[in-house]
Amino acid sequence: MFDPIPWLILSPLIWATLAFVHGPGQGGRLPVAGLILQLALAAMLAQQIVAGGVRVYAVGGWGAPLGIDLMADGLSAVMLLLTQTVALPLVFYARAYFAGHANSLRYFWPLTGYLLAAMNALFLSADVFNIYVTLELLGLAAVGLVALAGGAGPITAAMRYLLAALLGSGAYLLGVALLYGVYGSVSLAALIPLIAADAPAVVSLAAALMLLGLMLKTALFPFHIWLPPAHGGAPAPVSALLSALVIKASFYLILRLWFDLFEPITSVAAAQLLGALGAAAILWGSFLALRQTHLKMLVAYSTVAQIGYLFLLFPLATGVSAEVAASAWQGGVLQVVAHGLAKAAMFAAVGAMIIATGRDEISGIAGVAARLPLTLFTFALAGVTIMGLPPSGGFAAKWLLLGAAQASGQWWWIVVMVVGGLLSAAYIFKVLRQAFLPVEETANFKLLPRMLEWPVLLLALASLVLGLGGGEVLSLLGAT
Amino acid sequence: MNAALVYALTGTALFVLGVAGLILQPHLLRKILAFNIMGSGIFLVMVGLAQRAGTPDPVPQAMVLTGIVVAIAATALALALARQLLDMSGEMRLPEEKSGKDRLDV
Repeated sequence: MFDPIPWLILSPLIWATLAFVHGPGQGGRLPVAGLILQLALAAMLAQQIVAGGVRVYAVGGWGAPLGIDLMADGLSAVMLLLTQTVALPLVFYARAYFAGHANSLRYFWPLTGYLLAAMNALFLSADVFNIYVTLELLGLAAVGLVALAGGAGPITAAMRYLLAALLGSGAYLLGVALLYGVYGSVSLAALIPLIAADAPAVVSLAAALMLLGLMLKTALFPFHIWLPPAHGGAPAPVSALLSALVIKASFYLILRLWFDLFEPITSVAAAQLLGALGAAAILWGSFLALRQTHLKMLVAYSTVAQIGYLFLLFPLATGVSAEVAASAWQGGVLQVVAHGLAKAAMFAAVGAMIIATGRDEISGIAGVAARLPLTLFTFALAGVTIMGLPPSGGFAAKWLLLGAAQASGQWWWIVVMVVGGLLSAAYIFKVLRQAFLPVEETANFKLLPRMLEWPVLLLALASLVLGLGGGEVLSLLGAT
Repeated sequence: MNAALVYALTGTALFVLGVAGLILQPHLLRKILAFNIMGSGIFLVMVGLAQRAGTPDPVPQAMVLTGIVVAIAATALALALARQLLDMSGEMRLPEEKSGKDRLDV
């Protein structure tokens, strides 16, 4: 039987390298072909998992403990599908976005390819050291993409991002070193029973270091300070990739560590702490989003807030009945997918508005409703998911989380979610209201190529349809 | 106190020093050096803790080699960015006003 697992990593590596060698002129077609292939591979892998359960692939035929094992279960399949689904329309978008900027494209394709290769490898990793390596590769590629725009602002943001990422992965690696010192293994499958059997205090220290490092990389409040300048200052296709996917990779690892590896030593108090940080992120991020005067900074702070919802998963799924935990878990994963699709669409739509109006300020988009109805429609659709209105994927996710909060009697999270929803409605309508104002006479709208509008609409539609077809995603999760 | 513990404690001390430098030192070159000290500390913990009864374990040695390669790549990228910043702003430090604070645009 053909195994898609190694090809999901090799394909982006191959096209990234070829795109680098060929230069910007030829580079565009390769990523499109490569991503279509990867989407098919991810779908095929998902099918195999639904049919036959967890899949393991031994690299080079060696296998653990001597070689490296790759592993794919339902959660990995969901993340892989999300990654390729978000990246494919963005590739079409990027081709139009960077048209005429050969110098940016020269580095955009290879870095994007390496970013996707690192991300796919991360979702398929089965040992904590391999995860470290993929995490670093992902971080380095992402920093390169942030620096792509050049200029003092983006380079400063890239430098801050790099330092935060290095600190995060350093803490993670020290945790790995301590784990290896205690158990003599880095394989997740081997460590899980060992930790369940006996966990000395140093394992708790390792867990704290690893989780802290990953929280820094996920930009959970109060570690979010590096995120808005990095995501807000990068070119729009890069912001979309970073906000939709890259932070989700480290969140995926937190999920893996919390619910698989360190499950025996997690405590309700620690879960409540994570939830409290998430709640603070929702309120503070939404409040700051509301105060922004620049479009991309508003969307970047909205990401800070939406990350908060992901962390509500921990108090709602720790120390509660199995049924409530399952509902919270599904809600959390659905939020990952819904936010990924919607935020990619939102950043790309905002990027298109900025190209058309030539201005980044919110005050500059008056008249967008009349001149760019499709892009504004896309922004609003993505906004429906961010606000959590039915029938979007964001609604389904928040509904499941609310249900879990109610069933476990943790009403304070309900308050946070409702206030957060209202605040997000406020900052999205702030943009919409401005867009519906009459066109200023001095405004000079550029005509947009179709490729800057239609692929983005598809992403926003996907985030909406997810609310109706989210069951498919959840059944894939159940296939573990 | 056995040898493994001495290595692990030294490594931890280096890690803490590195983290402190990375956060507190304003000069970018010092930050990058601090990151490398932090990395050395981690590698020392990794190799030091993993000796079983005096015989070294080959697996962490291989992991540390990989870690060194990653650290060199990260250092190179950091130096390239620092160089660009120096060319553009004339300073080897991150601009002050935004650090540690959220931007409150009004």
